[in-house]
Amino acid sequence: MSEASSILIVDDEFSVRDSLEHWFRRDGYRTGSAKDAEEALKRLDAESWDVVLIDMKMPGMDGLELQRRIRAQDPQAVTIILTAYGSVESAVVALKEGAFDYINKPIDPDELAHVVQRALEQKRLRTENVALKAKLEELSGLPRIVGESREIHKVLELARAVAPTDATVLIRGESGTGKELIAQAIHTGSHRRYFAMVPVNCGALPDTLLESELFGHERGAFTGAQYRRKGRFEMADGGTLFLDEVGTLNPKTQVDLLRVLESKEVTRIGASKPIKVDFRLVCATNQDLEQMVTEGRFREDLYYRINVVGIHLPALRERREDIPLLARHFLERYSLQMNRPFRDISPEALDLMLRYPWPGNVRELANAIERALVVGKPPLVRSEDLPLSLADRREILPAGDSLAEVEKAHIRSILERSDWNISKAARVLDIDRVTLYNKIRKFELSSSAAVPVHAP
Amino acid sequence: MSEIVLVPIYLGERPGLLRGLARCLGEVFGVPVEVRRPWFDPERSLDPERGQYSSTLLLAQLQGAPGDAWRVLGVTGIDLFIPVLTYVFGEAQLPGRAAVISLHRLSTELYGLPPDEERLADRAEKEAVHELGHTFGLVHCRQPGCVMGTSTYVEEIDLKSARFCDECLGMIRTEEERAGLGVVARPADRIIW
Repeated sequence: MSEASSILIVDDEFSVRDSLEHWFRRDGYRTGSAKDAEEALKRLDAESWDVVLIDMKMPGMDGLELQRRIRAQDPQAVTIILTAYGSVESAVVALKEGAFDYINKPIDPDELAHVVQRALEQKRLRTENVALKAKLEELSGLPRIVGESREIHKVLELARAVAPTDATVLIRGESGTGKELIAQAIHTGSHRRYFAMVPVNCGALPDTLLESELFGHERGAFTGAQYRRKGRFEMADGGTLFLDEVGTLNPKTQVDLLRVLESKEVTRIGASKPIKVDFRLVCATNQDLEQMVTEGRFREDLYYRINVVGIHLPALRERREDIPLLARHFLERYSLQMNRPFRDISPEALDLMLRYPWPGNVRELANAIERALVVGKPPLVRSEDLPLSLADRREILPAGDSLAEVEKAHIRSILERSDWNISKAARVLDIDRVTLYNKIRKFELSSSAAVPVHAP
Repeated sequence: MSEIVLVPIYLGERPGLLRGLARCLGEVFGVPVEVRRPWFDPERSLDPERGQYSSTLLLAQLQGAPGDAWRVLGVTGIDLFIPVLTYVFGEAQLPGRAAVISLHRLSTELYGLPPDEERLADRAEKEAVHELGHTFGLVHCRQPGCVMGTSTYVEEIDLKSARFCDECLGMIRTEEERAGLGVVARPADRIIW
C-alpha cells in the first residue's frame, strides 16, 4: 500500500461514495469522489488518480462507457468496476476493455483491500518498468538505427548478413553517419554479443599512448607505468574490437596491428611472453584509404586485411526521406530526456531540414533538434528554433527542382571541372570516393575516363 | 470531566470483558473510563434486509452523547456494516469523537474454532484502541506491532499489540494537550505482539 496513492470513487449513491472514501482515508489514501461520469471526467482532467473505482449502473453515461472514455484518454489508467450481483456479463465486457478487475456490491472488505493493493502494485511495476527500460536504453548506449530509405535498408541488410560471421568489417562513411552504431549492431548480432565491444578511437590518442592503450603494459615497462595494465586487444578477448578512424594509425602501429591480426597474439609492452587473443575486428574510417595506399601512407597488406567486407554508410543528404523520421525520433527522445512537452515539427522547419545539406549528418541533425528543444517553445519545433547556420543556408538548394536532379547536376559539374579525376572531385564534394562512385552509378553519369567501381 | 465513555450495545452478559476493556483504555489513553447504558434506540440502526446494523447510523447516535464526554466508544455483539461493504469490524469518525466496534467477527467460533474468551477480549481491546485512534485523526500505520496497523483479516489483529508506536502516540498526546488534559497517554513499556 502506498500512502501517496490516490483513489477516485465514481458512484451515484452518496452513501457508497461517502463510506468508501472514509474507508480508504483510514488507510492513508488520498480520496476523491464523483457522482456521475461527467464529474468524474472533469476530476480526471484536473488531476491524476492512481485508481478509479467505477459503479457500473449510473444515470446518464454508465460505468462501462465511462471506463471506455477513461481508457481512451489514458490507456495507463487503472479502473475497477463495482457491480451489483448478477450483472457479471457487463463486468466481463469491462474486463475485456481493460478494466483491472471488478467487485460485486456489497463489497467484501478483504476483497476490496486486496484488489486495490494489487492494482496499485501493478501500476507501480508498470511505471517502474517504463523507467527501467528507458534507463537501460540510455545505459546500454544502443539507440536503434532509424531509417526507412532504400540506402539505409541496404546497409542494415549487409550488416545483418555479416554480423554472425567472424569476418573483419570496414565501415566507411562521413563523420556523423553512425559508423559506431553499425559496429555496435554487428557486434550485437554476432555470437560474441555476450562479451564486450571495445572501441578505440585511433585518432584521439597520441602514438605513444595508443601503443600502450592497445597492447597494455607490464609494471615498470616505462616511466609512469606503475601498474600492469591490460590492453584493448586483451579486453576485447571473446568480443569485438572496434577501431575508429583507422586511417590515422601511424606506420609502426599499422605493422603491429597487422602482426596481431596474423598471429592472434599480443605482447604487453615490457612483457616477454605473448598472450593469445580472440576478437573480431571492425574498423571505421571517413578517409580515402585507397588513395592513402597509393600514396604509401597506409599499408596495402593491412588495407586488404581489414577490408574483407566493406559497408558504406550513406550521408544524410543521400537519404533525405529519412530526415523527417530521424527528426521525430530525436524530438521524442530529447523531449522525454529534457522533460519538454514538444509534440511535432512545424512544416516550415521540416521543409528547411529537408533542403539543408547536413555536412555533419545524423549527429548534426540530432544536435540541431536538441538545441531547438532548448531554445524553442513547446509544442512545435519552428524553423527559427533550428541552429542559425541552418537558417542562414536557407537558400542553399533551390526548392523547385527535385533533390536528385540538383544533386546530379552538381556532381556532374564538379566532375567536369576536375576532368573526371574521381579523387579530386570527391575532395571538392567532401565525400569519399566510394560514395562518389556509387553516385555516378546511381545517376548514370558517364565519361570515357570512368573506371570500374572497386567492389567492397 | 473529560473521559472515555464506553457504551455497551447488545453486548450480552459480558461484564468481565467490559471491565477489561475499560482498564485497558484507561491505561493506554491515561484518562478515566466510564460505562454508560445507551441513551438511544439502537434498533433504528438496523437494516432489516441485511439483518445487520449500520455502523454509520450507530456512530451518529453515539455522537449525540449527553454531557461533556471526550470520546464515546460503542461496543456491540451484533454484526456491523457500511452500505457498500459486506461488514466492518468497527467504524470511527476520522477525526471526531465517536467510534464503534463489533465483537461479532472477532470471536473464534465464527471461524469454526472452539470458543476462546481470552482471545476475544484481547482482540476487542486492540480494536477499541484502534478505532479510538482514528478519532484522533490517525490513519493506518505501518510500524510493526503498532495498534494502528491495518487488519483486513481477523488473524492480523492477533499480530499487533494494543499499543501505539511512538509516532502515533505523539499524535494522541498532541490532541490530549490541546484538550487541556496534559500529556497523559502512556507509552508502551514494551510492545508485545
